[in-house]
Amino acid sequence: MSVLIGHYNYWIVIFLMMAGLYVVIAQGNLVKKIVGLNIFQASVFILFISMGKIGGDTAPIIKQGVSLYSNPLPQVLILTAIVVGVATTALALALVVRINEAYRSVEEDEIHEQDQSF
Amino acid sequence: MITQHLPVLQVIVPLLTAPLCLLAQDRRFAWGASLAASGTAFLIAALLLAQTLEQGIISYELGGWSTPWGIEYRVDTVNAFVLLIVTAISSAVLLFAQRSVAREIIATRIPVFYTVYMLCLAGLLGIAVTGDVFNLFVFMEISALSSYTLIALSEQRRALTAAYQYLFMGTIGATFILIGIGLLYMMTGTLNMHDLSLRLPAVTGTRTVETAFAFLTVGISIKIALVPLHLWLPNAYAYAPSVVSAFIAATATKVAFYVLLRFMFTIFGVSFAFKTMPLNLIFMVLALAAMFAGSMAAMFQDNIKRLLAYSSIAQIGYMILGISFASVTGLTAAILHLFNHALMKGALFLALGCVVYRLGMVNMEQMRGLGRRMPWTMAAFALGGLSLIGVPLTVGFISKWYLVAGALERGWWPLAVAVLVASLLSLVYVWRVIEAAYFQAPLPADSDETGEAPLSMLLPTWALILANFYFGIDTSLTVGVASSAAQQLLGVSE
Repeated sequence: MSVLIGHYNYWIVIFLMMAGLYVVIAQGNLVKKIVGLNIFQASVFILFISMGKIGGDTAPIIKQGVSLYSNPLPQVLILTAIVVGVATTALALALVVRINEAYRSVEEDEIHEQDQSF
Repeated sequence: MITQHLPVLQVIVPLLTAPLCLLAQDRRFAWGASLAASGTAFLIAALLLAQTLEQGIISYELGGWSTPWGIEYRVDTVNAFVLLIVTAISSAVLLFAQRSVAREIIATRIPVFYTVYMLCLAGLLGIAVTGDVFNLFVFMEISALSSYTLIALSEQRRALTAAYQYLFMGTIGATFILIGIGLLYMMTGTLNMHDLSLRLPAVTGTRTVETAFAFLTVGISIKIALVPLHLWLPNAYAYAPSVVSAFIAATATKVAFYVLLRFMFTIFGVSFAFKTMPLNLIFMVLALAAMFAGSMAAMFQDNIKRLLAYSSIAQIGYMILGISFASVTGLTAAILHLFNHALMKGALFLALGCVVYRLGMVNMEQMRGLGRRMPWTMAAFALGGLSLIGVPLTVGFISKWYLVAGALERGWWPLAVAVLVASLLSLVYVWRVIEAAYFQAPLPADSDETGEAPLSMLLPTWALILANFYFGIDTSLTVGVASSAAQQLLGVSE
């Protein structure tokens, strides 16, 4: 039981990770796939942030009377990873716009059909 | 002294050239600036390699922050060699690029093309030069995002879906690598590669480290396009502009392969990767699957660029097989093949670039009778094909020689036989192209006189082809560097 509750943050990470990957694989709509990819990446952000957390600590800002801080490094790393994630999403959406212009569709099976007939 | 700052200049030169190309909005300037930056990067890489061969490892502290805290750029023989390969191929491809890009990419997008190309080069060089695992992730994303863009710049609409697919596979791979890095940080509290290698042995028994190892292996394997994680590769190479196919085929998977070497040998160490975890067995099976499945699929392709893409998947199998031996000879073969495969695939894709320049397409049908109409291009393709098969006097022969030697050294002769049989398969698909080009009459419909490709495209193609033969005959540089790199990775002193 303590494994379940004591590590609830990691269970959330695993759930989001699997949900995101599932959407990426199972969805045929190119935009929804991007949503899945974002959920998948967000799970990793939580993994990083929660590993820097120690019980009873506060945000890593120097303040009188506080001696226990979260580890700021994972948070900084994730700031970078979020930027990378935004860039990836932007590029993916740009590609979808151009795919839609070229194929008049954002459904994977319809695009595949057009490629086969051509 | 400027020579002290060579490791960081390696990345900065192309990185700063990128915005210049965009701001200038001039095709000629963008091309000239990129070529100059790439040439400078090549000189820097050559100087770095000479330095490492002379003095050993170069450690550069970025911004003067001391090592475990700041980012360290760490150059040893292994990554100096990779830097040299990437910059050499990039320079040859850029020499070729001006006319090819003008034909295949919409004029207004050409400055953007060179901008993104420079970003991609900066990313690839950054991956190779850095000694910090998180920095490696960021550079990997820089190079990956720019290569998706490069592929999507093609005028073919299938390039868009290929880039989209590559983006998804690539991002999942990179995120897996990020998870692995996070788990390693969780156990060791460090991101510096050298520091990680010192701290990991104390915690190797834990499940977290084993999970990190699994995530990293899968993530990097996606980037390498190891069977069965190769699905993004054929379309990405087939529909990208010719220049991009040549550049990415010859560098991106090679750099990813370097990342694998770095993680498995430097960070985790041989005893963990190959004794505690059964990586050698997994890699051996996947390598054989890649060698045969890739070659078989290549035999049935109609689009020649796709054929070469499948052949790349097979060639990656050879490199992975070299790793799975976990011996100095095996690793030497893998690193040699990294260099040699970059030379042959670079040359072959450039030769196809010449064909696309004249004919617009590279299906089997267009190749018919091309040996007479484009003699120099097709001769280059034929010679590059010989190197791919592994005929003596070419670089392909050298890497296969070491691979077979590595297999026999371990007493695994069936693997040596498998390497030879897979080479025969590559003979089949190369021969299909040669037969069409030299022994079939051209279609009457397109009998209009299409001549040879311009000299500015033939010269870089032939330079790479001649390099295939030069390094196939005089192996002192490549074999020397590869074996000393292998010894460094395995921690064996000479």
